[in-house]
Amino acid sequence: MTYISKPTVHHPALQKNAIGLVRREYEGAMTTLCAGCGHDSITAAIIQAFWELSIPPHKVAKLSGIGCSSKTPAYFLREAHGFNGVHGRMPALVTGANAANRDIIYIGVSGDGDSLSIGLGHLCHAIRRNVNVLYVLENNGVYGLTKGQFSASADPGSTSKKGEANTMEAIDGALLALSLGATFVARGFSGDKAQLVPMIKAGLSHQGFAFIDVISPCVTFNDHDGSTKSYAYTRERNVEVVQADFVPHAQAITTEYDPGTVRSVLLHDGSWVRLRKVADQYDPTDRDRAYAFIRERQKHGEVVTGLLYISPDSSDVHEQCNTVATPLTQLPHEQLCPGSAELEKLQARFR
Amino acid sequence: MPRTNDFAFKIATANGTGSASANGLIMQAIFRMGIPVTGKNVFPSNIQGLPTWYEIRVSQKGYTARIPEFDLMVALNPATYVKDVAEVRSGGWLMYDSSWPLDATLIRQDLTYIGIPLAEMCNARFTGMRERILMKNIAYAGALAALLQIDSGIVRALLKEKYGRKPALMESNQQAVDIGYDYATANFDCPLAIRLAPLEKTADAILIDGNTAAALGCLYAGATVGAWYPITPATSLMEAFKGFCQKYRQEPETNRNRYAILQAEDEIAAIGMVIGASWAGARAFTPTSGPGISLMNEFLGLAYYAEVPAVLFDVQRTGPSTGMPTRTQQGDLMMCAYASHGDTRHICLYPADPREAFEFAAAAFDLAERFQTPVFVLTDLDIGMNDWMIPKLSWDDSYRPDRGKVLSAEQLDEVRTFSRYLDTDGDGITARTLPGVHPKGAFFTRGSGHNRFGGYTEDGDEYVEVVDRIDRKIQRAARAVPAPILQTMPGARLGLVTVGGCHAACVEALDILAAEGMAIDYMRVRGFPFGEEVARFLEAHEASFVVEQNRDGQLRNLLMLETGTAAEKLESVRYYGGFPMSAHHVISGVKAKLEKAA
Repeated sequence: MTYISKPTVHHPALQKNAIGLVRREYEGAMTTLCAGCGHDSITAAIIQAFWELSIPPHKVAKLSGIGCSSKTPAYFLREAHGFNGVHGRMPALVTGANAANRDIIYIGVSGDGDSLSIGLGHLCHAIRRNVNVLYVLENNGVYGLTKGQFSASADPGSTSKKGEANTMEAIDGALLALSLGATFVARGFSGDKAQLVPMIKAGLSHQGFAFIDVISPCVTFNDHDGSTKSYAYTRERNVEVVQADFVPHAQAITTEYDPGTVRSVLLHDGSWVRLRKVADQYDPTDRDRAYAFIRERQKHGEVVTGLLYISPDSSDVHEQCNTVATPLTQLPHEQLCPGSAELEKLQARFR
Repeated sequence: MPRTNDFAFKIATANGTGSASANGLIMQAIFRMGIPVTGKNVFPSNIQGLPTWYEIRVSQKGYTARIPEFDLMVALNPATYVKDVAEVRSGGWLMYDSSWPLDATLIRQDLTYIGIPLAEMCNARFTGMRERILMKNIAYAGALAALLQIDSGIVRALLKEKYGRKPALMESNQQAVDIGYDYATANFDCPLAIRLAPLEKTADAILIDGNTAAALGCLYAGATVGAWYPITPATSLMEAFKGFCQKYRQEPETNRNRYAILQAEDEIAAIGMVIGASWAGARAFTPTSGPGISLMNEFLGLAYYAEVPAVLFDVQRTGPSTGMPTRTQQGDLMMCAYASHGDTRHICLYPADPREAFEFAAAAFDLAERFQTPVFVLTDLDIGMNDWMIPKLSWDDSYRPDRGKVLSAEQLDEVRTFSRYLDTDGDGITARTLPGVHPKGAFFTRGSGHNRFGGYTEDGDEYVEVVDRIDRKIQRAARAVPAPILQTMPGARLGLVTVGGCHAACVEALDILAAEGMAIDYMRVRGFPFGEEVARFLEAHEASFVVEQNRDGQLRNLLMLETGTAAEKLESVRYYGGFPMSAHHVISGVKAKLEKAA
């Protein structure tokens, strides 16, 4: 449906954000995904989050791999540079781009085939490097574009549209990220925008790799009885552990603070995430307990959602590389080239 | 009749015993005497224990190619005695450690044996296993100094430069040198008939390996992002770059780095990072070898088709597969020229020595950005890891990076709309934009089918329009890559064509053939796609010998494919056993072809 272009002229009464942009200015091209696709709901949440944060769209770069999910960057932020790379290897592209220009806000969109099969190694190492990117894994447990094969996130025992049962263990993106030392791990459900939008906003403000696994049912190949990634299954078994509320830097925290149920975490840019515990015993700053809790609920067939883990003292790839504050792309040649006199001098070493 | 400043010798030791410092010391001392010298390190893929050799060629005429026959063998590794004894030229010398007797089967009547009790003397003078082994290796350098007439003052000065801050180490090294020197002087007629005499031919030269020189090129060209996965023989390129950056790329006020080096999880990620960084506007590169390029093919197709700059160094080693990781070859010529599935053609630069490695490294970044495409700099293990004597490197301070057609915020303000792949001036190169600069600059970079506006397409005509333009663009690069080096001789009807590191062997071979009355013109190609001069040279000669280091004649194949030259006009001369090519390979190859024709 790409031949239908969206109107770019807006009604003057539309609500504007802090930089004077209406929500539509954060949209992209018309989606070409199936009607009812979970991915489109995630796109809507991403648009909402960027708009609410008043981020200038052209200061954003959106990268993706190959697959249904990886098409979605075309559907939001039309004024942002996009990069639809090769299958599974977006983490490498975003690592390089971030190294070159640290002033851009990076969002990576990927799918379960992209992230958990062909590109699993790249995802793991981007997490280890703590690249400053919001990484959204749109997880439907199935290969959509090639018409319905199981992905690595398909749960054992779940069945395909043709009725075949998956026999292999699933890779759980959230558990994987936790075990690799991820500094921000969340899980959402495409059908729960109220939970997703603040989660995305918090992830965007996190200094480092913010991993959000979003269960996103595939209406065509994986929304039937027997699938554990269907709308019905996820709605029934969704256990929200932590409700994240995001407060941008500019706003003061004035809302009620109730010790024991609400905890605020200061992010690097001065904004706050307020975490409201809805499950007993859940501490989102304790990696081991977060891991144990997700495993525990999995045994009961439950999908734990919310901001599962956050490390307030995250040091990203630029801290590790000790790079200058100025983006490397903006350093003048004079600061990079030592010049002919120095070349003459340094060659004494080679005599 | 003594032979002065024109001979070769070889030192056989075991890996990890400290022989590298002794060999370096000898090389450097000869160089400081003003005598042209080259060293070839023949090493195993191993950390400790396996045999290793160092070959030093002294040539007052300045020839740098390897010669496989040696006037003197310093045989210090009993495990390779048989092979080492066999490699000495008749009438030559064999130096060995006479602390133990030499087996009778190793005695050749046509050699002179120089037994020096290195272990015995060092065991008496030094204590501790480690010191005894290390000093034994320094002692042979002392003996060689006496036998070959290496200036002992220079040796002393070099030790002082190296160990000046560690007097104890300096003292024991000097003692070890003296032990060898004194014993040789007392027991043999020094110097031998092969000997050194000071010259003044190295004053404006340096001794440097190609990886270090290429790293300098990256530094000077302003590369800020380096991504890599360690691989022999390319590893030292990034290590050298890191060393230079630590010195020259620190922000004085903060001690923060004006560069980022990313050690990737594999070569696929390394090239991905380079493409990501270049896309964002940095000058980025990755050093690797053949196995790395194999892995990078998918991403290279993306960079070619989506038109993203990237600079790659392929320090070639012996393939296919793991092959012989510590041996040299030119086995990646075809792969780099057409890397990736689908129709692609890549700009390749072929340095012949570390000087060109420096110059072409810098040029590669300009070409990559001007043509918005991957650029390969193909060296090999011999160029990359061995010390070559080359004229001092120089730099033009008026150099400014050619960033190609990158639209600024001001330029984007002026345009109504921006289309990424629209060729507005007909040169095949379309303007690009960088993220974060201007809302109008936004576009979607993709490896999937796209039209000239940058939009997704599955329309055949739209697809063809873009890929045909890219083809024209790369063809135009033929005029921008370094031109071939040509050397003509009066009356020559035959040509000899080569590439990269074979140059040293070819120029020596052509001199020898010319002395025998054989006039052959010479062309060394230095860039791909080939410029018009290349086709003209092949056209102008009845036949040309194509000299290269791979089994299948990959340069010859490229020449046939790209210039349409008939197979009959191109005679293949190849050596691909893993050692650097020697003049005799070229001469015997040429003569064999001529005899066959006659």
